[in-house]
Amino acid sequence: MSSKEKILGRIRANKGRGPLKKEHADILSERIREHSHNLVPKRGLIPLEDQIDLFCGKLEALAATTERVMDAKDLPKKVQDYLKEHNLPSRIKMSPSPELTDLPWKDLPTLEIVTGAGAEEDVVGISPAFAGIAETGTLMMASGAETPSTVNFLPENHIAVLDIRKMKGSFEEAWDLLREKNGDQGMPRTVNLISGPSRTADIEQRLIMGAHGPKNLHVILVGDGEKD
Amino acid sequence: MQVSSSKFKENAHDALKDDNLRAALNRVKTGFTTARANAAEGLPEFEDLRDKARDIKDHVLENLDYYLEYFEQKVIEQGGQVHWCSNASEAREAVLKICRDVDAKTVTKGKSMITEEIALNKFLAAQGIEPIETDLGEYIIQLADEPPSHIIGPAVHKTKEQVTELFHEHHQQYGYTEREEDPEKLVGEARAVLRHKYVTADVGITGANFLVAETGSTVIVTNEGNGDLTQSLPETHVVVASLEKVIPTLEDVSTVMRVLARSATGQEMSVYTTFSTGPKRDTDLDGPANFHVVLLDGGRSEMIGTELQELLRCIRCGACMNHCPVYHAVGGHSYGWVYPGPIGAALNPQMVGLEEARDLPNASSFCGRCEEVCPVRIPLPKILRHWREEAFEKQVGPKPERWGIELWGFFAKRPWLYRRVTRLAASLLSMMAGKKGRLKSLPFNNGWTSVRDLPAPQGSTFMAQWKSKGGRVK
Amino acid sequence: MSDKNKKREVALFVTCLVDINRPSVGFAAVKLLEQAGCEVIVPDAQTCCGQPAYNSGDRRTTQDIARDVIRHFKRFRYVVAPSGSCAGMIKKHYPEMFKDDPLMLLEAENLASRTYELVSFLKDVCGFKPDDVEIDAKLTYHDSCSSLREVKVVDQPRALLKDIDDLELIEAEDREACCGFGGTFCIKYSEISEEMVDRKIDNLLATGADMLSAGDLGCLMNIAGRLHRRGHKMKVLHIAEILADMADGPGIGEKR
Repeated sequence: MSSKEKILGRIRANKGRGPLKKEHADILSERIREHSHNLVPKRGLIPLEDQIDLFCGKLEALAATTERVMDAKDLPKKVQDYLKEHNLPSRIKMSPSPELTDLPWKDLPTLEIVTGAGAEEDVVGISPAFAGIAETGTLMMASGAETPSTVNFLPENHIAVLDIRKMKGSFEEAWDLLREKNGDQGMPRTVNLISGPSRTADIEQRLIMGAHGPKNLHVILVGDGEKD
Repeated sequence: MQVSSSKFKENAHDALKDDNLRAALNRVKTGFTTARANAAEGLPEFEDLRDKARDIKDHVLENLDYYLEYFEQKVIEQGGQVHWCSNASEAREAVLKICRDVDAKTVTKGKSMITEEIALNKFLAAQGIEPIETDLGEYIIQLADEPPSHIIGPAVHKTKEQVTELFHEHHQQYGYTEREEDPEKLVGEARAVLRHKYVTADVGITGANFLVAETGSTVIVTNEGNGDLTQSLPETHVVVASLEKVIPTLEDVSTVMRVLARSATGQEMSVYTTFSTGPKRDTDLDGPANFHVVLLDGGRSEMIGTELQELLRCIRCGACMNHCPVYHAVGGHSYGWVYPGPIGAALNPQMVGLEEARDLPNASSFCGRCEEVCPVRIPLPKILRHWREEAFEKQVGPKPERWGIELWGFFAKRPWLYRRVTRLAASLLSMMAGKKGRLKSLPFNNGWTSVRDLPAPQGSTFMAQWKSKGGRVK
Repeated sequence: MSDKNKKREVALFVTCLVDINRPSVGFAAVKLLEQAGCEVIVPDAQTCCGQPAYNSGDRRTTQDIARDVIRHFKRFRYVVAPSGSCAGMIKKHYPEMFKDDPLMLLEAENLASRTYELVSFLKDVCGFKPDDVEIDAKLTYHDSCSSLREVKVVDQPRALLKDIDDLELIEAEDREACCGFGGTFCIKYSEISEEMVDRKIDNLLATGADMLSAGDLGCLMNIAGRLHRRGHKMKVLHIAEILADMADGPGIGEKR
C-alpha cells in the first residue's frame, strides 16, 4: 500500500467511513467552484477615492511611501524625482510590461532602463501591481511573462505602480479580478501580496527594515479615477 | 529534533535562572500581547472572523481526504508533484531524492516548523547537502546549533550580544572581521551574506501556511521576504507541509489570513504573503523549473475523529505562547520539542508520547488565556485536561500524587467524615501558626511553603461555626 | 405583590477553602446576601466542587462529587459561591463532564443555570449597593482567571467597590495575567508558580495600593503568602469582607 493510501485510509477509518459518497463530494466540489465570499470586513467597501486614502494611509503606516499621478505619462518624471531625492542610482530594473515600457522614458535620457527579471546587482526595481487592496494597504503582484516576481524582491528599492482602476476594497474582490483575467489557466506561478517594505524583529524584537526584500517600497498610484 | 520533554522541570529550573532569557521573555510578553490586543480592537469583525476561521478549518478536517486529493490533482495539473509521507523518515527521504535528482549541493530554506519536526537540516547535512536557513531568526539559531524557542520568533531567546558573537564567529570567512554590535548593521551583514546564497542555491525549501485545494497553490507568510527569494530563485522549489494545512478556496484563505497576522504579531497583514503554484510557465522570466510538495502526516491522521482533532485547526500563529504565563516564565526550550507553549503542551504528548511529555499538560494553571486569544478557538485547557485524564487512567506519573488525590476524594465523598477531618486540620494548622497567623514551613516537604508562607486557617471551620450559631442548613 | 416581600432563598456554596481557611469570608457572604434581601441556607452535606480531582485528571471521583453537589443543591432557585473558580466549575465544567450522559447533563445544566458567583449575583440579580461601608484605603483588585474567563465577572466588583466613599481603586498593570495559583499547579510546579506570582506582585506593588482584594481565596492565599515571604505589608482581603465592612480584622496570613 502506498503512503497516500495509508494516510487516506487512516483519515477515513477515523471518520468511520470510506471515500466520500458522490452526493457529498459534489457538494464540496460545488463549494470550491462557487468560492463564495465569506465575511468581508466593511472597512474596504467604500467609494474609490476613500479606498485610495485608506490604501495610502495603511501603506504609509507600514513604512512605505506613496504618491499619485493623474496621467501615466507623468510617471517617468516622478520616478526620476524619487531616485534623485533618495540619492539612488539612475539604473532601473523594469518589468517588461507595456504598462510601464510604453511610457515616455526616452524623454529622460539620464535614466538607464533595463527590462527583465530581477538580479543580484539591481538596486532599483519598478513593476506594475496587479491590484491594490485598500483593506490593509496591500499590493497584489501576479507573475507572468511581463511581470517577473524577482523584480519585486531582489532590488533594495522597489517602486510599484498601481493603476487606480485596479483598486479593490478587499482580498476577495482582488481574487475575483485575478480569476476574470486568468480564466481557465488557474493561478499565475507566483502571486505576492505585499504590505510594506521588508522587515525583521528577530534581534531582541527591534524592528529593522530591509531584512531580505526591499528596504524601501514606494507606490505610485496612477489615474484620475475616470473610467476610460 | 532531539526530544527532552521529560526533563521539563530541570529545563524550567535552568531557564528561570537565565537572566538573558528572562529579559527576552519579558519583551515577548509586553510586545506581542499589546500588539495583538490593538489589532483585534482595530477590526470590528475580528471575533466573527475567528468563528469563521474555526468553521472553515473544522469543515476541512471533516473532509480532509477529499480536499487533499483535490489539492494533489490541482498541483499535478499545474505541472508539480505531491509526495505523500506517513512519517518523518519518509519525508526526509522524499526531500533527499528531489535534491539528488537535481544534484543539489546547497539548499536555501524559508522558515518551516515541519522541517524542524522532521529534523531535516541535520539529515541533509549528513548527506553532504548544505542547508542554509534564510529567515533571520532561523539563521541565528542555525549558527548557534539550537532549536527554535518560539514558532514565529525562533531566536527570541537570543540577545543582541549573543548575535554579535555568532556573526563574528561565522562571518569572518566572508570578510566581516569587525565585531558588529548595532542590530541594524547585524541585519545588513546577514542580508549581504545570504543574498548570494539565494542566487546560487540549487533547491529552495519552504514551509506552507496554507495549501489551497482550489488552485493547487502553497502559501507562505513572511515579513522579511526571505521565503519569496527562496521560492523563486533556485531551479527547484520544495514545499514541506503537514496535511492539515489544506484550505478549500482563496476566499477561505483570505478569511483565515485576516486572523493570522493579527493574532501573531498584531500586524494586519504580514509584509509578504506569497502564493506559489506549480513550476514556472513557459513564458515566465523567473521562477523554479520544478515544484514539489512533500506532504507530511506525522501522526496527524490519527488525531482525526478524536478529542485531539481540534488541535489540527492550529494555524501556528504563536498567540497562545505569547499570552501564556508559563511560557513567559520558562521559555520555549523547556518544552523539549518543536512546539512550545500551550499548543506544544497539548500536541507534544501525541507526537512524542505521554510518558515522555507528561509534565507539559500538567504545567498549567488553567488560566485560559491561550483559548481566549486562539484565532481558531482551540480549547487548549480542555485538551490539556484530556491528557491529565489519560495519564491518570494509564497511571503515568508519580504514584504519591495519585494517592493524595484518591485519599482526598475518599473524604470529599463522605461529608460527615470530611467535616471531622477538616475541623481537625483547620484547628491544628491554626494552633501551629499561633499569633503569627501564617506558617513558614510544614512538617512534610511542601511545594507551597518552598515559595510562600501558608496563611493559617482562622480556627474553626465555617460549617462548624454556622451550625453552632444555629444557621439554616435545610 | 407578595413576590416583592418574599425573600430570595439562596443556598450558599461555601467552597472548601473558605470553609477550612477563612470562614470570615463565608460570614461576610452571608451578611451581604442578607443585606441584599436574601435568606441564606448552607446545605450541610457540601464538601468541595471537585476541582482538585478534576484538574488532576481523576474524572471518576470528580463526577461522583459533582453528582453529590447536584443532588444537595437541587431544590434551590439560587446557588451562590464566593469564588469565580468554584462557580465556574459548576457552571462550565459540570455540563462538559456529563456530555455523554443525557440525564446527568440535564441536571448539570440545570444547576449551572442556577449558580452564581457572589459579587455578580449581588450586583446583577439583587441590584445590591454596599451599605455604609467605612474603609479608608487605596485598593487594587486582582481578577482571578476563572472570574475573568469562565464566569465573566469583571465590572461588577469594580462597580461595587467604587460605591465605597473613601476607597480609591487603583488598577494594576497586566491585569489579565494569572497569579500562578492554579490549585495543585502551585505545589507541583512551585518554581514556575513563584515566577508568576512575583510578576503579579511587582505589578500590584507598583500601584502604591495598601490593600489587595479579589473574589477568589485561592489566588489571595497564594499572593498573600508570597507577599509575606517577600516581607511586604499589603493587606489582603476577600472582596466579600470589604463589601460587608468586615475589613477591620487581620488580613489573609496576617498577625492576629
